[in-house]
Amino acid sequence: MTSGLLATGASAALLAGLLAFAALRPRDLPEAVFAVPAAVVVVATGMLPLGAAEDEMRRVAPAVAFLAAILMLSRLCDVLGLFRAAGRAMAVGGGDPRRLLTRVVVAAAVVTAVLSLDATVVLLTPVVFATATRLGVRARPHAYACTHIANAGSLLLPVSNLTNLLAVAASGITFVRFGLLMALPWLAVIAVELVALRVRFATDLSVGTRRPAPPDDAPVPVFAVAVLALTLAGFVVASLVHVEPAWVAAAGVALLAWQAVRDGRTTPAAIARDADVPFLLFVPALAIVVAALVHHGLGDAIGRIAPQGHGLVALALWCLLATLLANTLNNLPAMLVLLPVAAPAGVGALLATVIGVNVGPNLTYTGSLATLLWRRVLREHDHDAPLAEFTGVGALATPAALVAAIVALWAGLQVFGGGA
Amino acid sequence: MTGITAWVEQATWPAVIAATARLAESVTDPDIALVYAADDDARAVAGGSVRGLLGRRRNDDRVHAATQAAAEVVLADALATLARPAAVRVVHGRPERAVLAALDGMDWLVLARDGDLTRLGPHSLGPHTRFVLDHAPCDVVLVWPDSAPGIDTAPPPPPPGAP
Repeated sequence: MTSGLLATGASAALLAGLLAFAALRPRDLPEAVFAVPAAVVVVATGMLPLGAAEDEMRRVAPAVAFLAAILMLSRLCDVLGLFRAAGRAMAVGGGDPRRLLTRVVVAAAVVTAVLSLDATVVLLTPVVFATATRLGVRARPHAYACTHIANAGSLLLPVSNLTNLLAVAASGITFVRFGLLMALPWLAVIAVELVALRVRFATDLSVGTRRPAPPDDAPVPVFAVAVLALTLAGFVVASLVHVEPAWVAAAGVALLAWQAVRDGRTTPAAIARDADVPFLLFVPALAIVVAALVHHGLGDAIGRIAPQGHGLVALALWCLLATLLANTLNNLPAMLVLLPVAAPAGVGALLATVIGVNVGPNLTYTGSLATLLWRRVLREHDHDAPLAEFTGVGALATPAALVAAIVALWAGLQVFGGGA
Repeated sequence: MTGITAWVEQATWPAVIAATARLAESVTDPDIALVYAADDDARAVAGGSVRGLLGRRRNDDRVHAATQAAAEVVLADALATLARPAAVRVVHGRPERAVLAALDGMDWLVLARDGDLTRLGPHSLGPHTRFVLDHAPCDVVLVWPDSAPGIDTAPPPPPPGAP
C-alpha cells in the first residue's frame, strides 16, 4: 500500500509541476519541456504500464492531429484576410456599442464553433480590439465577450474545442449527433452570456459615437469562405463514413495553403510552424501523466463520487463536477481525468461533462484557478485584469449559463434520445 | 500659468475638448495636458484567455498594437480638434489612480460623464470617473458627453412625509 501511496503522490506532484510549468512558461520554454520528461518518468518508473501509456497515446492521437490541422487552417484564414473581413462586417452600422457587442458575440460564437476557441482567442480578439478603436468605442466589454464566448461558444461541434474531440474519441458519438444534442445548449449559453455582458457593462455600452467608421475595403476572401464551408460539410460526411476529421481539416489546409503560398502571403515553413509541434507533444504527455494519477487512486475517487442515473439532476451533478475540476486544473486535464468515468456513463453524462469543462472556466480569469494562483504568487505578469471585475462578470454569467445549458441538453436528450 | 488637464476617453472626448477650449479662453496663460488612460485591463483580459489555452499560441503583440493605436487615435483627434498647443500623455495601470497621479499640481480637471446616460442618477458616473471626481486635488469641470438633459428628466420629489 505504501508503494501505491508513493505512486499517487509522485504522479500528483508531476501533474502539479507540469501545470505550473505550462502556466508560467519560464524563459518562454514550450510546455513540452517539462511534460515530455514527466511522461517518460511515469512510464520508466512503472507508475503507468507501457501498454497503458500506448493506449493513452492512441486515444489522444486523432485529437492532436486534428488540433494541428485546425491551428494551421485558422491561421491560413487569417493570412487570407477572413478575420479582417469579419472586423469590417462587425463595424457596419457604426459606433453603437450595444450593436457592436451583439455582432462580436455572434462572430465569436461562429468562429469558435467552426475554427475552435483558439481562433477566437488568438485571431479574432485582436481584430475586435482594432474594430472598437476604429469605431471610437471602448474595447473592454468586447474583450470580455471574446474571452467568454471562446469558452462558452465551444459547445456546438466536436471541432470547436480540444475537449470535445477527446470526448468524441472516447465515446464514438457521431459529428451530427454531437451537433444536434449541443445546438440548444450552445444557443442557450450564448444568449445568457450576451444578456449578462449587456447588464454588467451597461455603463461602458451606453457611451457611443455617431462618427462613421473609416472606410475599410477589406474584401471578403471568397475562396477561404468556400473552403471552410466545404471543410465543415466534409466533417459531417467523414463522420458518417468513419474517417478522422483531421484528414478533412488537412485537405482544407492544403487548399488554403495552395492559394496563400501562390499569392506570396505565407510560406510552407510558416504554415508548418503554426501547427505548434511542441504543444502537440504536450497533449499526449499530459494524458500519460494524468492517466498515471487516475490509475493510482484518482480514478477510484472520481468513480466513488460520480453521479448515478440519467435524469436532469445527474446531468447537473456531472456538470458541477466538471466545472469544479476545470476551474481547479484547467479544462484539458479536467477532461482527461473525467473521461474514463464519464464516457461509460452515457451520452448525457459525457456531454454534461463537456459543458462543465468548456463553459465552467469562465468563472476564473485564466481558465483555471491553478494558473491564476501561480501567476499571482510569482508575479511574472506586468498587469493583471482586475480580479473583482473578472470574477464579477464570471459569477454573473457562468452559473446561469451552465443551468441553461444543462436544461437545454436534457431537453435535447428527450427529443433526440439519450442512447449512445 | 493655469494648469488644465483634460481626461480624454473613447466616445466622450469631443465634449471634453469643447469644454477645455472654452475654459482655456477664460483663464490666463493656459497650460493644457491631454491625458488618456490606456485600457490595460481589457488587454489583460485578452491575455488571460490565452493563458487558458495552456500556453498554446499567444496574441499579445496584436492586442497591444490595437490598444496603442486606440490611444494614438483618440489623442491625435482630440489634439487636432482642440487647435491649441497641448501636451499629450498616455498613462498606464489602474485608470482612476493613474489619472489622479497626473493631476498633481494642476488647477483644473475637465472630464466627461461616462456612465449609463439612459437612466440618470448615481450610475451616470462610471466607477473610475466617480473615484477621480471624489479625489481630484483641483477644481473639476464635469461635462455631458452629449447635450445636457432637460430639467424635466429629474425624478419627481418624494411625497410629503417620506423619510
